[in-house]
Amino acid sequence: MNNIFELNNLSYQVGDKEILKDITLNIERGKYITVVGPSGSGKSTLMRILASMISATSGKVLFEGKKISSYEPTEYRRRVSYAFQQPTLFGKTVKDNLEFPYTVRGKEFDRNQVVEFLNYVNLDESYIDKNVNDVSGGEKQRIALLRNLIFKPEVLITDEVTTGLDAENKEIVHNILNKFNRDDGLTILRVTHDDSEIEQATDKITIKNGEVI
Amino acid sequence: MSNLTVSNSTLALGFILVVIALVIGYWQKLQIDKDIIIGVVRAIIQLTIVGYVLKFVIKANDIWLTMAFFVIIVINASWNAGKRGNGIPKAFQFSLLAISVGTVVTLGTLVLTGSIQFIPEQIVPFTGMIASNIMVAIGLCYRNMKQSFTDRHQQILEKLALGADIKLASEDIIRESIKSGMQPTIDSIKTLGLVALPGMMSGLIIAGVDPVKAIKYQIMVTFMLLASTSIGSFISCYLAYKQFYNDQKQLKSELIS
Repeated sequence: MNNIFELNNLSYQVGDKEILKDITLNIERGKYITVVGPSGSGKSTLMRILASMISATSGKVLFEGKKISSYEPTEYRRRVSYAFQQPTLFGKTVKDNLEFPYTVRGKEFDRNQVVEFLNYVNLDESYIDKNVNDVSGGEKQRIALLRNLIFKPEVLITDEVTTGLDAENKEIVHNILNKFNRDDGLTILRVTHDDSEIEQATDKITIKNGEVI
Repeated sequence: MSNLTVSNSTLALGFILVVIALVIGYWQKLQIDKDIIIGVVRAIIQLTIVGYVLKFVIKANDIWLTMAFFVIIVINASWNAGKRGNGIPKAFQFSLLAISVGTVVTLGTLVLTGSIQFIPEQIVPFTGMIASNIMVAIGLCYRNMKQSFTDRHQQILEKLALGADIKLASEDIIRESIKSGMQPTIDSIKTLGLVALPGMMSGLIIAGVDPVKAIKYQIMVTFMLLASTSIGSFISCYLAYKQFYNDQKQLKSELIS
């Protein structure tokens, strides 16, 4: 067993409302797991806990055998990256966004590497200098995803990132996620409501009323 | 100074101006008559007390008494600025540090350059001017910061999720909040003499001082306010933004709702 995450009796409560109840589960390294369940069941909350965006109110979450809280949060989030459903692009140009992961790590912007990654999502070099207002919704999501992937994290959590995308954009997103999972052993946790994605999924976690079923 | 003709009787007659405000309030059903009366009574009592206290402090010409007045003004300004923090933890402490440093640096520069003397009749009014301006600037900084964290929390979450440190994630907000604190001072500088004749300059002219000399004082006050609001805004913003995060560098939801 090579568990990247181990969750023991994890709960999350806001006021009197229990959003996640006593969740115990293990997630293996390198898996591509699809997280399903009705809206409001607690899927996104669970993913945000795993991404260290919020903390569980009780229970334990271990990443590589150590509590998430024992890691330096920024270092942890560079290893466990979280992609949002409706991302916002920062600054004025696409470059501002693709440069951000370099800035975060105190590194110089590598244009050649960025062009290579843009090609993975069917975009060319000309996009680097485009204004963020001049890219379509699908392109925006692809560029946002590159921000997460450019430094190859160990885990990528995607929260309904294909919602609202057309078939072509969905396929591009699927292709890049498959590529990184297959070639780089990237562990992926994908929250989705998309029927075709759920049908194709081989590993699934179902959450209902805050519990894994 | 002989041109000053405000006596108790002229002041009492001047009360007719308050009556005008009361009549407008009553006529337009603004329901502010109570506020006007309370405000006027408070202003009269507060200013009368301050007038006598200042008279005593200036007459005593004692360094410790002057320092005590300085401390009282700074604490009072910090308390008011802290209240404008509206839920930001430690807003009073941050305001106290920002106003203290801003006032000491600005006043110190003025004294060391010989622009003013370390005597109560100069130190006390200048402290009041500086501290009150920093107080207003910090209030604007806090308000802008809180609003920006609320409006842009999604973008901040995304930056944090990409592994950004809280300073990098908040950089735009810090910059804009500092700017919001300094902006009124910068705007007022642009229109100095064209739209408004500032209080200090007007006061000196009314008291019979040569307008050219009054202008020199006003230019110095302008430099002073620019420095003090920038120091105060800078310190308060760089201390306050951290309060929007917990020790796990997560955005505190209770501050952004």
